[in-house]
Amino acid sequence: MFDAIINNLPYLLKGFLINLELAICALAGGIFLGILVGLGRISKNVWVYHSVTLYVNFIRNIPLILVIFWFYFIMPILVGKPLNPFISAAISFVVFEATYFGEIFRAGFQSISRDLVSAAYSTGLTSTQTARYILVPIAIRRMLPSMITQSIITFQDTSLAYVIGLQELVRRTTIVDGMEVRSIQLYSFVAALFFVICFVGSRISRYYEMKSREANIL
Amino acid sequence: MGLAYKFDWSVLWREPYGEWMLQGIWLTLQLGFLAWIIALSLGVFLGTMRAAPWKLLRWVSTIYVEVFRNVPFLVQLFFWFYAGPMIFGKTLQFKINAISGLNYYAAVVGLGLYTASRVAEHVRAGFASIGQGQYQAVLSTGMTQWQMYWHVMIPHALRLVIPPMTTEFLTIFKNSSVAMTIGVAETTFMSYKIDSDTFHGLEATTGAMFVYLVLGMAVVKTMSYFEKKFRIHGLVGR
Repeated sequence: MFDAIINNLPYLLKGFLINLELAICALAGGIFLGILVGLGRISKNVWVYHSVTLYVNFIRNIPLILVIFWFYFIMPILVGKPLNPFISAAISFVVFEATYFGEIFRAGFQSISRDLVSAAYSTGLTSTQTARYILVPIAIRRMLPSMITQSIITFQDTSLAYVIGLQELVRRTTIVDGMEVRSIQLYSFVAALFFVICFVGSRISRYYEMKSREANIL
Repeated sequence: MGLAYKFDWSVLWREPYGEWMLQGIWLTLQLGFLAWIIALSLGVFLGTMRAAPWKLLRWVSTIYVEVFRNVPFLVQLFFWFYAGPMIFGKTLQFKINAISGLNYYAAVVGLGLYTASRVAEHVRAGFASIGQGQYQAVLSTGMTQWQMYWHVMIPHALRLVIPPMTTEFLTIFKNSSVAMTIGVAETTFMSYKIDSDTFHGLEATTGAMFVYLVLGMAVVKTMSYFEKKFRIHGLVGR
């Protein structure tokens, strides 16, 4: 009954590995760019603020699939040759996810009150010490749950790279299903793989949320 | 050499591509609205179940929400479209597969079921933000549990969750683009189809982006009207 899965297991799991790799690239780039976006969204420089806000509001209103296609079409024009779908997908994910992470960072930065900074200074801490021991730990604790949730969403979204022919899990599953015609088993298997990782992730996120709510000092 | 590309924006309106785009937009609207009907009714139902006093009901809706939220929508859609008809057994399967426009129905149902789990989470949060005191106060007026839900708790919770619902309503149109993978000819599908016809996918997808942008702005304007109309007087910051 599960022959279709067992016989093609290495092939399918190799596809799942591509999803994981893509998610790691997307998260590394998306979080780094997201920090810059978050800083831009609280910037006092009008030009920086408005251009970053425009970028965020534009991307957040557009489906990810369309962003994936758009980069898939524009990259060959800029580079001059067709790009590997993995790189093309990774670029679109970084540009897309950075706007979502940027909003998480903005909320995190804004949640720290000025009084807290003044209080830290008044105890004699230097500005580096204030950042190191007060601001960064509190901001991270506050942002961690939503960052984990967004990482889970990013991981699920990697399946959409299917549309530009990347050989990830879903693409490989359609190929296997085309030969074996075991749709129920195959798609349940794919769903279960994603479910396990995302469910565990969402529990970890909830754990940190509860913990930071218990330790609700501010 | 890289920028030798010649832009041709007329792929957005010239024959027959302009018509394709309009058909795509019409289908995006249909998918979004029809799936929203399923998502809203099922989501409110499931979200209310999660606030119910019976453990079994809470369990059922919790399992539903966890499963639908933790599996990518693309996988869910493929499951409904490819595996869905097989569930009914061999004889019925062929009859179902023969239905014309099966992908369209699969997309509406799939998108509706997926969004319902997200709606349910917001409704649950809405119920959770209503204090226990109100439950007790309502019961002490002599209302039955059913009356309490129907006349007090559900209207209250639904008004509280209008802002997150705006986001979900926006998301449903964006997520409807995934239906292109099973061949539903909505906006994104059409922009891709224009590319395979003209090799001007960049202009077509850029045009499609603005379609979603305008759609999004229209949704925000409409929902802020509803938000004002159904606001609860006396609540701060609304």
